[in-house]
Amino acid sequence: MLKEGQIRIPSGCAISGIFDKSGNKISGETIVKSIKIMHDRSNGLGGGFAGYGIYPEYKDLYAFHIFYDDTSAREETERFLEKHFDLVNLSRIPIKKTPKITNEPLIWRYFVNPLPTKLADNHLDEREFVSRCVIKINTEIEGSYVFSSGKNMGVFKAVGYPEDVGEFYRLDEYGGYCWTAHGRYPTNTPGWWGGAHPFSLLDYTIVHNGEISSYDANRRFIEMFGYKCTLLTDTEVITYIIDYLHRKQKLNLEEIACVIAAPFWSKIDKMSPKNKEKCEYLRNTFASLLITGPFSILLGFEGTMMALNDRLKLRSMVVAEKGDCVYVASEECAIREICASPDKIWSPKGGEPVIIKLNEEARQKCL
Amino acid sequence: MPINYIFPDYEVIRDKERCVKCLACVRQCANEVHSYDDKLDIMKACNSKCVNCHRCVSLCPTSALKIIKTDETFKINANWNNAAISDIYRQASSGGVLLSSMGNPEPYPIYWDKILINASQVTNPPIDPLREPMETKVYLGKKDSKIQRDEKGNIKYSKNPNIKLSVPIMFSAMSYGSISKNAHEALARAATELGILYNTGEGGLHEDFYQYGANTIVQVASGRFGVYKDYLEAGAAVEIKMGQGAKPGIGGHLPGTKIVGDISKTRMIPEGSDAISPAPHHDIYSIEDLRQLVFSLKEATDYKKPVIVKIAAVHNVAAIASGIARSGADIIAIDGFRGGTGAAPTRIRDNVGIPIELALAAVDTRLREEGIRNDVSIVVGGSVRNSADIVKAIALGADAVYIATSALLAMGCHLCRNCHSGKCNWGIATQRPELVKRLNPNIAYKRLVNLITAWEHEIKEMLGGMGINSIEALKGNRLMLRGVGLNEKELSILGISHAGE
Amino acid sequence: MKRVYVNEEWCLGCHLCEYYCAYANSGEDDMIKALKDKKIYPKIKVEEGENISFAVSCRHCEDPLCVKGCITGALTQKDGIIEIDQSKCVSCYTCILSCPYGCVMPSETGAIQKCELCIKNSCGEPACVKGCPNNAIVFEER
Repeated sequence: MLKEGQIRIPSGCAISGIFDKSGNKISGETIVKSIKIMHDRSNGLGGGFAGYGIYPEYKDLYAFHIFYDDTSAREETERFLEKHFDLVNLSRIPIKKTPKITNEPLIWRYFVNPLPTKLADNHLDEREFVSRCVIKINTEIEGSYVFSSGKNMGVFKAVGYPEDVGEFYRLDEYGGYCWTAHGRYPTNTPGWWGGAHPFSLLDYTIVHNGEISSYDANRRFIEMFGYKCTLLTDTEVITYIIDYLHRKQKLNLEEIACVIAAPFWSKIDKMSPKNKEKCEYLRNTFASLLITGPFSILLGFEGTMMALNDRLKLRSMVVAEKGDCVYVASEECAIREICASPDKIWSPKGGEPVIIKLNEEARQKCL
Repeated sequence: MPINYIFPDYEVIRDKERCVKCLACVRQCANEVHSYDDKLDIMKACNSKCVNCHRCVSLCPTSALKIIKTDETFKINANWNNAAISDIYRQASSGGVLLSSMGNPEPYPIYWDKILINASQVTNPPIDPLREPMETKVYLGKKDSKIQRDEKGNIKYSKNPNIKLSVPIMFSAMSYGSISKNAHEALARAATELGILYNTGEGGLHEDFYQYGANTIVQVASGRFGVYKDYLEAGAAVEIKMGQGAKPGIGGHLPGTKIVGDISKTRMIPEGSDAISPAPHHDIYSIEDLRQLVFSLKEATDYKKPVIVKIAAVHNVAAIASGIARSGADIIAIDGFRGGTGAAPTRIRDNVGIPIELALAAVDTRLREEGIRNDVSIVVGGSVRNSADIVKAIALGADAVYIATSALLAMGCHLCRNCHSGKCNWGIATQRPELVKRLNPNIAYKRLVNLITAWEHEIKEMLGGMGINSIEALKGNRLMLRGVGLNEKELSILGISHAGE
Repeated sequence: MKRVYVNEEWCLGCHLCEYYCAYANSGEDDMIKALKDKKIYPKIKVEEGENISFAVSCRHCEDPLCVKGCITGALTQKDGIIEIDQSKCVSCYTCILSCPYGCVMPSETGAIQKCELCIKNSCGEPACVKGCPNNAIVFEER
């Protein structure tokens, strides 16, 4: 049986997300409750969460969450980290042992800053420096895997049902303005924690329900720009695509949606001349980044969450609002479980992004 | 002389019960195979002149004719087969280079037929092309590598010209001179109706076809026939022909007897002079010279038209393609060893060049490894025979395909491979007016439209079956392919897994 | 009214129209039986010159001279189509002389014949149009 990354494993899943636009902290318990009710959409072979705003006391430092197969992997990685970063705090990640989660690797957490001398030497901007270091650890250090690397945010994932994963990581002890969650239903046994979702790079996290048929076309294009799709998962390639379009090409979220869930040519032809020119240009320039196949994704990054369906809407997604809180999930029950009577509840159209941002005040507070 | 005798390859079998002596076969065979003896009231046939073009067979109102492969043979010899022996006789007699037409007919492996396509099931639904939009539009040309914005934050659009195709298929280069004016008219009109492009080939652009310029690729070949300012302005793109799959490394030769009237005028050379296309362009001896020509053409056309560089698929095609991508070209066209031709030396056609499937996979992989795949589009040709070949080509990494033999077949060609005689009975590879008449462009262009339309529907069905609704999601998507009966090396070069994996 | 027209640029001089015409008007259902070892009397004839050939058949003139000259009334015009009732024809051949196009001719029996647009046989559309391999002969209104 081949490991994740050696073989491509299609899967169906469940996703859920909560966002408080005013920056108020939501307990991790809430998101666990939401994904728990969609238990049957998973098969216990992977679950994970991403929380934003959870490390306010270290909000200017990068929080690395790392899996180690053994101590020697940890030692080698810490040697690497010490050469490139200033390690402000390190510890085992707090967990609660439960019989439902087994075979856990060593899980450590570091709060770091890139060494200024190293940054100056490399002539790179800070985020590029960090992302390259993370990719280097993941591809070159055997038995070591950085699964979270953003500021004031963290990914928590394992092999197991998501609600059990939430219990394992003691998510009720964390509070953040944004949470996303994922439960996995893969068709093989991956057996490896790194393969669960969300996938993250810097502070971009993606939880994804679907299977993209354009995977290899997307992968073989994005790998030209320094990314290596080692996990062979859809989520990994989508995250790299978003990182490339947002961080490197500096497209905004609407423009990104126009690339990855581009409108049909027949729709573009009917747009106003200005929009038509823009959509045609973006779709043509990044033709190989069009994502085809059923997908329903929740993208999180600093201060923002975006929900997007493929343009044929082949996966379910429901969005709801109550006051400053926005809820997104694969099923309405997951929303109603944590918010019994939302002000508004609807299913977004295929290909149309739903973008939720922190309001001005909250941005000052949390970022 | 007995020593020169080569028995005819084909025999004309006439069913005397069925023949009504309408004499259509006598009137229509340009090779003068059939004749009627009115004194004896019998029909006669001269087998040695028959080229198996099926003109008489298709026209016969009572289906009285049949052309069969002769069963006359030398002693059976797996090494010295009939063709090998007859070729020696021919050359001993003529002292000349053996000439052939159309593509390599030898039994080399056809990789298209060893590649299988995926379909979506259960985990990912297939899409129904009759109910959902299925997009086959492609843009060929250079794409921007960095998004630029102006002071207001609006995106600055690309200066790189792209050509738009409704389906990823174009008609490949066939020169006016190798094929007839009526054939060109059919190709031009079909390309216009379909929203794709056709290629002038190296014979220049006839003045009657400037009206189809928006759907024309004008070719600049080593002989530079017909190349002048208006010619370059007329087309939607300019193609520099560095090589051709059927005859890599050599040029071409149209004898002076064929350079008359419109041919001479369109090629802009005097009547009766031989039209020799030299092997190299005599101003391109290296990659930097090619870059010069690419930019000269761009200057001459005000940077408004993409420049295509067409090469034959040879051993180091990946490195060559990488060089071309960096030379400023917008599109690379690769022609595999099965590509067709009006006339080429037999030994070169049958032994030089490599299969397009392997060339395509190698070039696509190499350009991606170097991070420059989005700087050029790749178009491939050299025996694309049906819509499945097209789907496989795109999955291996092509942006679009070039078809030529398929187009000729749609127009009536029967692949008798006698084009070099100039007596094409179907009016395609000939300039004789009484033969050219036989290709009625009103019929031929409709057949081309039918063929491409049919293929478009089949492509949509296959895309939908794979769970894809846009052709760009198939480009380079090698996971959609599996090989059968291929060895490790072939699978590795093609970049696909074996069926079952 | 639709008539048979020939676009001479596409006529190849193959004469197949003549054979299809003869077969269509033969009354036989098997082409070989209709044409084998027989001299054919087609109602369309190919005329050939230097570099040109052209199939000639009745123009179904709006003001037909043949009908005017017919002494027995064998030739009549109905709905624009000029028809011949061979039982009334006495073979005076006035119509052959009057036709400016040369498309009336004697038939096998001696009575005259001419193209009648295949309305009297089971062909449906004119046989010459169907049988022309290069779309030189068309059936349309002009």
